[in-house]
Amino acid sequence: MNELAITVIGPDRTGIIADVSAALAGVGANLSDSTMTRLRGHFAMTLICTGPTAGDVEKALEPLSDLLATVRAVQPEADGAARGEPYLVSVHGADRLGIVAAVTRVVAAAGGNITDLTTRLTGPLYVLVAEVDLPPGTADDLAVRLAEAADELGVEVTLRRAESDVL
Amino acid sequence: MSDALADWKPDVLGVEGRVLPVVTAPAAVLSREGAEVDPADPEIVQLAADLVATMRVSPGCVGLAAPQVGVSAQVFVVDVTQHPKTATSHGTFVLCNARVVEASRWRPGREGCMSVPDLTGDVKRAGRVVVEGALPGTGEAVRLTTDAFEARALQHEIDHCAGKLFLDRVAGAHAVYQRKVYL
Repeated sequence: MNELAITVIGPDRTGIIADVSAALAGVGANLSDSTMTRLRGHFAMTLICTGPTAGDVEKALEPLSDLLATVRAVQPEADGAARGEPYLVSVHGADRLGIVAAVTRVVAAAGGNITDLTTRLTGPLYVLVAEVDLPPGTADDLAVRLAEAADELGVEVTLRRAESDVL
Repeated sequence: MSDALADWKPDVLGVEGRVLPVVTAPAAVLSREGAEVDPADPEIVQLAADLVATMRVSPGCVGLAAPQVGVSAQVFVVDVTQHPKTATSHGTFVLCNARVVEASRWRPGREGCMSVPDLTGDVKRAGRVVVEGALPGTGEAVRLTTDAFEARALQHEIDHCAGKLFLDRVAGAHAVYQRKVYL
């Protein structure tokens, strides 16, 4: 079974998802995972599909000329299960160059794997929220290093356990 | 009425509970509103005992509703006594036809569910609730006031009885997560 990684981005308008997903369904591409969101005035889609070949999908998306699409074949994941402990990193402060680079470098240096990250700039305020898998026992040390990085950047940062309760 | 709940123990059901398989989504029974039950019906008494027994053998399980064992009925068991987020606790108890009659102090929390084993989600629940229901066997009406984790558990189980999963209540499109910690 072909597995495809597809990105689509274009100026936001109504019907983008309907158009793209109909084109995909038309060539038998089954959407497994996706994130779709509006970034400023652009609508961005990142999709994993199974079914057709990359060429079939490229052809199917071609008529949607206001959208920029990329399609490539990828290997199915062997085992997607995260092994670490789940944490949330929140950063907020005045916008400046390099916040994401500095914060994520500190997380990477601690062996943390970012599984989801969103940033928003609203007026002068910059906000970053990331989901991170940390190697067991490393959170306290990472919190100290994040605080140091945040001091240098002049932003606020918190690291907290993303606890989920099973009911 | 609350004394009846404080004194309630699963052994008053007088039947041996059986461990039943737990149903997982997308099973249709999880999305169906459960039927109101007669708490004195011997089948419901047996179901109550089964829910207790199944909860007991499931690691980390603090509550289990009838639809989760494939029975579309308004019956569930709760026991949050061992959970670190518990403030008020009423021990192990089974309620029939329960409903939330007062809810306040809404707060978000991340929930997982035995019937949705691979996902968690951020759900806003009341941190203080008043719940009314009936005890299996005697059918005695009870009214309980609770908070914190027991309040969340009750709302989660009452939702199951109404055919709702936490997925029906998540805070937004980015509030569903791949579950990372397995018990």
